[in-house]
Amino acid sequence: MEKFTQLTGVAAPMPAINIDTDKIFPAIHLRTIKRTGLSKHLFEEIRFRPDGSENPDFVLNQGPYRQTRIIVAGDNFGCGSSREHAPWALTDFGIRCVIAPSFADIFYNNCFKNGLLPIALPQAEVDKLMDDAKKGANAVLTIDLDKQTISRPDGEIVHFDIDPFRKQCMLNGLDDIGLTEQKAADISTYEAKARTQRPWVFGMTEKAGA
Amino acid sequence: MAQPRTLFDKIWDSHVIAPAGEGTYLLYIDLHLCHEVTTPQAFEGLKLAGRKVRRPDATIAVADHNIPTSNRKAGIDEPESKLQVDTLERNVVEFGVPYIPIDSINQGIVHIIGPEMGLSQPGMTIVCGDSHTATHGALGALAFGIGTSEVEHVLATQTLIQAHAKNMLVEVNGTLGAGVSPKDVILAIIGKIGTAGGTGHVIEYGGSTFRSMSMEGRMTVCNMAIESGARAGLVAPDEITFEYVKGRSYAPKGAAWEQALAYWKTLPSDPGAHFDKKTSLDAGQIAPHITWGTNPEQTAPITSRVPDPAEIDDPLKRAAVERALQYMQLTPKTPLTEIPVQRVFIGSCTNSRIEDLRAAAAIARGRRVAEGVRAMVVPGSGLVKHQAEEEGLDRVFLEAGFEWREPGCSNCMSMNPDRAMNGERIASTSNRNFEGRQGPGAKTHLMGPAMAAAAAVTGRLADVRQLG
Repeated sequence: MEKFTQLTGVAAPMPAINIDTDKIFPAIHLRTIKRTGLSKHLFEEIRFRPDGSENPDFVLNQGPYRQTRIIVAGDNFGCGSSREHAPWALTDFGIRCVIAPSFADIFYNNCFKNGLLPIALPQAEVDKLMDDAKKGANAVLTIDLDKQTISRPDGEIVHFDIDPFRKQCMLNGLDDIGLTEQKAADISTYEAKARTQRPWVFGMTEKAGA
Repeated sequence: MAQPRTLFDKIWDSHVIAPAGEGTYLLYIDLHLCHEVTTPQAFEGLKLAGRKVRRPDATIAVADHNIPTSNRKAGIDEPESKLQVDTLERNVVEFGVPYIPIDSINQGIVHIIGPEMGLSQPGMTIVCGDSHTATHGALGALAFGIGTSEVEHVLATQTLIQAHAKNMLVEVNGTLGAGVSPKDVILAIIGKIGTAGGTGHVIEYGGSTFRSMSMEGRMTVCNMAIESGARAGLVAPDEITFEYVKGRSYAPKGAAWEQALAYWKTLPSDPGAHFDKKTSLDAGQIAPHITWGTNPEQTAPITSRVPDPAEIDDPLKRAAVERALQYMQLTPKTPLTEIPVQRVFIGSCTNSRIEDLRAAAAIARGRRVAEGVRAMVVPGSGLVKHQAEEEGLDRVFLEAGFEWREPGCSNCMSMNPDRAMNGERIASTSNRNFEGRQGPGAKTHLMGPAMAAAAAVTGRLADVRQLG
């Protein structure tokens, strides 16, 4: 996973609430076996017109927002399906941080696996950053994960909270599976115990009938 | 005296392997369901790292999203869909994962076949790269959707790193009125608590309404837990659960059954167990519901009208309603029963089980699909299809002018050719009414199976209670 330490870039305003994963990455394009190159379908239905041309009203098609690195969004961002294609498409576009009052749980988890930092802040703080994000070429924010700060264009610092375990994984670009494999002995011990306590759940799918 | 625990707490505690960090734990996974859409990148990741599947005996795969629902012998036409299914079939061979082939009678939507084959059982942890995994919570299992990186993590280690969710209780008491289905119950719940009402929580659905609800009804309810933000929804296992599981092909048998049963009976929440959040509804007050907007909280009783954004104070909610009505091409204050539909979809992991098909057939029987409406019935599995045909439901649907299709996810998210075209308006028994989900510009109204059949035969959104 790509590390996340500091990020300075253009923030785009997306004030709508409940921006769902079908909107971020339409289901029809889930028919891929790859995780790269997905930004071409990012926000497809609102980003492009039916004839394939760009919709000039959509923020990511406008001037400096073509270089968006940060999205400032409304409540419950990423609700809907578990598709990791949503964070894959966002990061492929160059977006490494989403700031919103809240996130849907599965999307939130998926972000951390892909070096995409989701920052949840109270509505009033998001409102201030939303105003900043509307400043076009001046809509530049700096995120410092280690210090847990967002620097606004006027220099004001906004602090954010983050789970310390996830923070360390992001800062160091740690591979979760590698970390878990270090606990192989614990897993084996658990399995041996569970086999005696709940033997009927072992070997289930290998029984006849599949 | 031990602290009273909820059903969720008990399953969680019995699956924690070790702490993983502040507030996070390494959790053991009993059953991993795989489908073709969210696994290719996970298997690729294993390959690149030289890893194996740790427990093929706790893993099972099936293709459901991309599968055509007609003329299946002709294979898959759309090349991207074909590649995804072929990739799954190659991966299950390479990694030794049990697989249910497309031509098997057991093939179907992953969330239909798990319970149907007896794989989903009380007290288990069940995951799948699919948010509707919450369905299996109906059996009293902790079941939740995960992303593809987590799919890879489970394949490699049979564990997940998870934060402990909070407990939420949604209680519904009383008897449902005639013509009111479990789908109406869950739509009413989501309408009340909102699409983020359960975020960070596992919801237990309790109260007399759920105690007397069938297993299939409970599955419909738990299926949509995620539409209120909760990754998992649960119903405490009881005699209805045990009766449902007993005798199914993967269920424990003989002495193992007795041992499992004794364990399952210890699972329901203890009296006095703490819930961080509670809400309740009166079953007698729930009318048949439909959604009028573009997320599942935008729901209303069929007897009401399209809402008027001018009457909403919160500016963000007002903007969301305005946007939804614009997309749905609806005028404020229009009676919902005056909205015409062009398409009807009866299917999906929410409502494609035998009871759903019976409910829809009861309305279709002796009636005709309205002029200009295309209505599709897509059973959830080969076994459901077979059962329905044994009962003659296929004849009822065909004689009424419905299409009777092969099992799969179909028009719920339209990764296969079953897609709404030209912005058609659909009465759908699926779970999400997001913009564009059922086809470009498609306008989805979610509802229960009898309500969808009523829409098919009247050509508009209709109150099933008026059809008798």
